[in-house]
Amino acid sequence: MDTLLLKAGGWLAVVFIAFIAMVLAADAGFAVHMAIIALAAGITLWVTINKADYAAIGRGILKAPTDPGIYDDDPIRWGVIATIFWGIAGLTVGLIIALQLAFPVLNLNNEFTTFGRLRPLHTSAVIFAFGGNALIATSYYVVQRTCRARLAFPDLARFVFWGYQLFIVLAATGYLMGVTQSKEYAEPEWYVDLWLTIVWLCYAAVFIGTIVRRSEPHIYVANWFYLSFILTIAMLHVVNGLSMPVSLLGSKSYAAFAGVQDALTQWWYGHNAVGFFLTAGFLAMMYYFVPKQAERPVYSYRLSIIHFWSLIFLYIWAGPHHLHYTALPDWAQTLGMVFSVVLWMPSWGGMINGLMTLNGAWDKIRTDPIIRMMVLALAFYGMSTFEGPMMSIKAVNSLSHYTDWTVGHVHSGALGWNGMITFACLYYLVPRLWGKQRLYSLRMVNWHFWLATLGIVLYAASMWVAGIMQGLMWREYGDDGYLVYAFSEVVTAMLPMYLIRATGGLLYLAGAIVLVYNVWMTIAGRQRDEKPMTETPHNEALDKPIVGKPAVAPAE
Amino acid sequence: MVDKQRVDEATGTKTVGHEWDGIEELDTPMPRWWLWTLYATIFWALIYVVLYPAWPMVNSATEGVLGWSSRGDYEKAVAMRETELEPIRQALVNTDIHDLPNDPELLNNAIQGGRSAFKVHCVQCHGSGAAGSKGYPNLNDDEWLWGGDMAAIEYTLVHGIRNPDHPETRFSLMPAFGRDGILQPSEIEDLVSYVRVISGREKESGSATRGAGLFETNCAVCHGSDAKGDRTQGAPDLTDAINLYGLDRASINDTITNSRNGVMPRWGHRLDAATIRMLAAYVHSLGGGEDAPGEQEVASEEAATETSEDEQS
Repeated sequence: MDTLLLKAGGWLAVVFIAFIAMVLAADAGFAVHMAIIALAAGITLWVTINKADYAAIGRGILKAPTDPGIYDDDPIRWGVIATIFWGIAGLTVGLIIALQLAFPVLNLNNEFTTFGRLRPLHTSAVIFAFGGNALIATSYYVVQRTCRARLAFPDLARFVFWGYQLFIVLAATGYLMGVTQSKEYAEPEWYVDLWLTIVWLCYAAVFIGTIVRRSEPHIYVANWFYLSFILTIAMLHVVNGLSMPVSLLGSKSYAAFAGVQDALTQWWYGHNAVGFFLTAGFLAMMYYFVPKQAERPVYSYRLSIIHFWSLIFLYIWAGPHHLHYTALPDWAQTLGMVFSVVLWMPSWGGMINGLMTLNGAWDKIRTDPIIRMMVLALAFYGMSTFEGPMMSIKAVNSLSHYTDWTVGHVHSGALGWNGMITFACLYYLVPRLWGKQRLYSLRMVNWHFWLATLGIVLYAASMWVAGIMQGLMWREYGDDGYLVYAFSEVVTAMLPMYLIRATGGLLYLAGAIVLVYNVWMTIAGRQRDEKPMTETPHNEALDKPIVGKPAVAPAE
Repeated sequence: MVDKQRVDEATGTKTVGHEWDGIEELDTPMPRWWLWTLYATIFWALIYVVLYPAWPMVNSATEGVLGWSSRGDYEKAVAMRETELEPIRQALVNTDIHDLPNDPELLNNAIQGGRSAFKVHCVQCHGSGAAGSKGYPNLNDDEWLWGGDMAAIEYTLVHGIRNPDHPETRFSLMPAFGRDGILQPSEIEDLVSYVRVISGREKESGSATRGAGLFETNCAVCHGSDAKGDRTQGAPDLTDAINLYGLDRASINDTITNSRNGVMPRWGHRLDAATIRMLAAYVHSLGGGEDAPGEQEVASEEAATETSEDEQS
């Protein structure tokens, strides 16, 4: 009773403080955010003092099976739903901004819908909302099973889930209202950063707590990767977010660093958001779900050790390659480039270990569309981790920098690697989490695979062409020694590429919508009546001993 | 743990002996090509950081054996270009602008340089094809507000149009006849009819006849009795089919009621004299360039042919 009173009192205090901050707010964005926080705390307060069994109600809404007391899967089910929801939202906004680049009229001449505000909405929605929820949900799933232990701190695990959703809502609404600290992939302002820090430390506590409670003697490689992701993101987020608010009642703040130091800190953060969020975290997913789906042992334990340590050691230094040919001193540019090139093989170690795990089960690429997705994901992982080091070489970078080649590179990684491995994991998880025998339809997974693959190919190919064309046009000199093209002429030349890119995005989104339908029907308990993906031929006529003839011709 | 080791049938490789939720690991050695490529990149990295600036020390960083720096590289490239261009620039500045057409090679160089500079400084308003848009003159035709010979174009470039802080700027102000109450709305409508008649857009009408009288008293002082305009004050010719702000009734009415008084920035303090001369030569070459006024009487046929040939090249 005392704890209940304390908890309720705490949430009530949050409601009051947020309400007062809303009334005294220095700007409209801050006021709206404080209202959202007051509302969220109010709902939490209601849930705390109300006696209703919200876990059971939640299970009812999600049609989830009751907790059999083995593993704590409720927050994972919510995470799966959240991943899909934010995925569709992020991809849709991506398609909108791709169309805005082709047809500027779609900015709608309105501050809330301009490219500048929707673009961070897209990047944060796909990376942090879609990718982040996928990472949190799968890490909860994997850490329990590979440690053979229930989640430590179950209440905290639920707080992490809801706290993270609140972070997403605050970030997204902030972008639309123009609340931003103008750091790429780290746009949320100081108070949202603080909130994410609290949530993230709780996440680390749940994850590390579960590992500590494990009943396995060793820690599985997937958990090394999850742990490096959680700890490094905490460090990156805190350091890059260091800033001084103008007022404790306003949204504006100023960064702790200035000039080129600020740029370097930002890209140390930005590149390692790629390295530890989108690479290490998703490799963790790969290391559990690929061997599970393939039913094969991991290819090489030794490779996993060497590539893990070399990857996390090297990645953290590679950020300066985002600042080639800028005010950043030459020595820092050199080191950024050198570490990026050496990073090539450590990155590929993950691809080799993933692909070669299929040794002895290669036929599954033909028969199992989930394996097919995983293989495509690993192939794109390999391609973009080769392309990345290549683009970090200064001679290449002098052509590719500031062009759409970078955009193509990011998307071959994001759509090909992060998207496809996440979809494959979702297809693996949904029937297991909801206690169904199989997915609603395996053939629809195949449709999803082909829609997404075609989408990625159109996207990446058009952006490669666009980027190299831009780079070449910008630097083209005529015979007389003068620049040939005006900037606006280069923009005009991009239009066909932008249209192809938007088409690719549309196909990718269409694939994700097929996933939504498939997952929806699976959870509803339906199974599509369809021809199985593979049929081993069976000839009844031959299925008997040959009568009258000896099996082996007798020796003469 | 070792006792859980087994040989995997499909690959014939031993497992390490650990198992998590059914996942085992094979004890496959690291692929040799992978390992050797890793070593090769490390070896390359060690050489590269000796050759190029790389290691931060107390006060500065190592400079690298090659002595390369991105700023040095940039300066070298710029200096190389400068030495190439310098003679042309010098020649351009030292040549009297009226004599430029007589030096086809220099003129051609100026035009090419001007084309490039135009794409950086001028396309924002005049468009990448120099065709202009509403309120921004088309530079491809022979309709000039302030003069179309090279010297006049250069003057416009150096001093700009209607720069309030610059006494030498091209300057004139058309009154806002409607807004300032000089003319009644019905009178403005009559003037619109007249302007559309003389530019061949409308047939004669009573309104246009009334407008003709109003034109004589209010407009002819700048635009001339024949409405052919006056370049000394940037008053446009109203009898042709070109109008900067549109020839429909509403646009002309707006112009007379509120006046327009377009502005062009002056470039004299932003660009060097050679670049401005290049721009003048380029704009002059676009199709509507005129000979200098004094030359018209004495201009020989050859000079005219020569210029037009240069334009085509």
